[in-house]
Amino acid sequence: MFENLTERLGGALNRLRGRGRLTDDNVRESLREVRVALLEADVALPVVKVFIDRVRERAVGQDVLKSLTPGQELIRVVRDELTALMGESGEGLALNVQPPAVVLVAGLQGAGKTTTVAKLARWLKEQQKKKVMVASCDVYRPAAIDQLRTLASQVEVSFFPSQAGGAPVKIAEAAIIAARQGFFDVLILDTAGRLHIDEKMMDEVRRIHAASSPAETLFVVDSMAGQDAVNVAKVFDEVLPLTGVILTKADGDARGGAALSVRHVTGKPIKFIGSGEKSDAIEPFHPDRMASRILGMGDVLSLIEEAEKKVDKDKAAKLAKKISKGKGFDLEDFADQLREMRKMGGLGGMLDKLPGMAKMPQGVKSQMNDRELIRLEAIVNSMTPKERRFPAVIKGSRKRRIAAGSGTQVQDVNRLLKQFTQMQKMMKRMRKRGGMANLMRGMGGGMPPGL
Amino acid sequence: MLSRRSREPTDFSAEANSTHGTIWRLSQVRALTGKRLLQSDSGRKFQYMFGRQKPADAGNDASNKPASGLVSRLGAALGRTRGRLVQGLSRLLAGGAKIDDALLDQIEELLLSADVGVAVTTRIVEGIRSGVKKADGEAEDAVLRSLEKEMLAVLEPVATPLEIPRKLSRPFVVLVVGVNGTGKTTSIGKLAYRLRSEGRSVMLAAGDTFRAAAIEQLKSWGEQNQVDVVAQHTGADSASVVYDALHSATSSRIEVVIADTAGRLHTQIDLMEELKKVRRVVSKLDPEAPHEVLLVLDAGTGQNALAQAIQFHQAVGVSGLCITKLDGTAKGGVIFAIAESLGLPIRYIGVGEGVADLKEFDAHAFVQALLAG
Repeated sequence: MFENLTERLGGALNRLRGRGRLTDDNVRESLREVRVALLEADVALPVVKVFIDRVRERAVGQDVLKSLTPGQELIRVVRDELTALMGESGEGLALNVQPPAVVLVAGLQGAGKTTTVAKLARWLKEQQKKKVMVASCDVYRPAAIDQLRTLASQVEVSFFPSQAGGAPVKIAEAAIIAARQGFFDVLILDTAGRLHIDEKMMDEVRRIHAASSPAETLFVVDSMAGQDAVNVAKVFDEVLPLTGVILTKADGDARGGAALSVRHVTGKPIKFIGSGEKSDAIEPFHPDRMASRILGMGDVLSLIEEAEKKVDKDKAAKLAKKISKGKGFDLEDFADQLREMRKMGGLGGMLDKLPGMAKMPQGVKSQMNDRELIRLEAIVNSMTPKERRFPAVIKGSRKRRIAAGSGTQVQDVNRLLKQFTQMQKMMKRMRKRGGMANLMRGMGGGMPPGL
Repeated sequence: MLSRRSREPTDFSAEANSTHGTIWRLSQVRALTGKRLLQSDSGRKFQYMFGRQKPADAGNDASNKPASGLVSRLGAALGRTRGRLVQGLSRLLAGGAKIDDALLDQIEELLLSADVGVAVTTRIVEGIRSGVKKADGEAEDAVLRSLEKEMLAVLEPVATPLEIPRKLSRPFVVLVVGVNGTGKTTSIGKLAYRLRSEGRSVMLAAGDTFRAAAIEQLKSWGEQNQVDVVAQHTGADSASVVYDALHSATSSRIEVVIADTAGRLHTQIDLMEELKKVRRVVSKLDPEAPHEVLLVLDAGTGQNALAQAIQFHQAVGVSGLCITKLDGTAKGGVIFAIAESLGLPIRYIGVGEGVADLKEFDAHAFVQALLAG
């Protein structure tokens, strides 16, 4: 197991230090490490080979920028190339056809088609203001139609009723007529999961496609898929003129190399990524983030975006002003920060997105749960406003009262006060030396003790 | 019996004679296993191969290795890998190539393409390197034998079937867990069929109270197998559903209770806690339950399957694995890594869409189907 590509490459790249240029010889060993990293990430072997060749071509002869070590330079090339291969970002759905625009969804069993149909319907309805109908052509799996019916009512879109005894092609045709008569903008057709080597079933989906002439034909693939993803995608792409790919279950810890394989073999853009159990957990695909993820570099960009979305900007600005003015950072601010942290999915959620954290032992991760945050907050909430502003007044009897009020022990109160003092010191240092960057350097990249 | 053909919608008349896909698959099986069939002396095995055997025979046949129907089914399932592997090897060996690094590299690539993973592949290839040096004889044979030996050494220790003792005073509880979309509910349906065929009484517990229509899906399997399904409403506490089922199974002297659970990603701590609760609650009725925690893994999953196995094992103590969807082109090579690091018994494999397409795992057959012609 490796922490991330950067660390993995460390040893091989140390030897490169001091050279001004990447050559065939000095990148060979490093590229072998890149190959292993990609394979561990489930990128299909043929794709890995092509990719490594491309990186070698681009990297060799390249001057190493002054600011980077040769290792970093190589990683930059790998990342850029990976991002480029992954295709364009933010491609929406091309639904500029005479309504109803049909979206056909196909894939293997258990890839997450039906869930994706519901998420997509909700996304189209809420983000694109479309009038959406969904229909299920899955007449095989028990209760598949019921599943879509339930999901459709959950996301409040229309459901075209179909029967388990019906013929899938007929269902598709009838659904289109119904969608046209009901003036729907979009009709999403769910299909049964099928094996790519099942010729009869592949023929069926081909006929559904022919009968519905979809504006978008989307291939749904599990982000945990292994080497076989490349074979599957190839056949689906041959049978159906795919227009895009949706990557599901990306909220797990798989590196998602299948994304690269599928993209490479079909040449079709990855349009969406499904990342959670809830019906709004679908987002447009960002190639750069996926590239970082495959390489084990964490999803720092997503974290930043999350922070922007969820952190109360006014409060943050107020705090920044307060600190820069030289006023003390008090316990009230501390509690605010704890609350913000919880809003961002707690420590666990943040850690998952940081580079190198994905492989952290589960034991450590589960200790970092939010119970501690809630406890700290409870302690602060049990203090009087005066105590929060001037923590120095908190002595023995106040501590006992606070502990009793928050259901904790005096030791917990002590620990919080100690942590707070440390944080206060850090804040002062930040003010003196200027900026967060300095602070981070001062900390050596580590977390403050106790947090 | 729920075969692909019987599931075909009836008003599909225009395509009634289009059984092309099925024929293709059968002929593939025939082509792949022809040699073995000639060697076998009875037509019974031929029948078995096409799934026409009486369900009651299933258990006996599966243990008839190596020329059992399992090999045939797996032969079809894993045919592509083997084809490529053998093709690759013979191409390399045709020119009288020596066992050099290039050949070993090729083997390495073939294993990697089967999702065996970097660590295990490296170890197996190193094993061949040292093993073959000592061996005499033809190069191809030596390599194949050595490869087979290395792979068997990993899988044989974990090929232990699930033994459900007869005449238990309390029901034998099988808790089925796994990430989303691996085929838990379908495998339960097949397992129920299998146990019914062995003459056992079975009850299903619809513990997946989260996914839409999961309960209906399980109920439909229950109807097919004439098995009672204990269910509550969607959104109910799955621990209480399983508790109810066990309670009712105990009073009506049912032998086996199979509990479904909602698919959950192993990284979601809250959902894993929920699973732990199911386990805790069940063990209150019977300290020995659940007797089996069956983790269902999709053969199409890559290296992440190892992470899944580790996390589920930590949370609820997995006691057996079921590998599904081996009828595609996915090889499920990641089970080598799982076998090496966790040593969890592999109980069943799913090799098709029919209700009888759940087979006991047989390491020899698995490896042979992967390697031999």
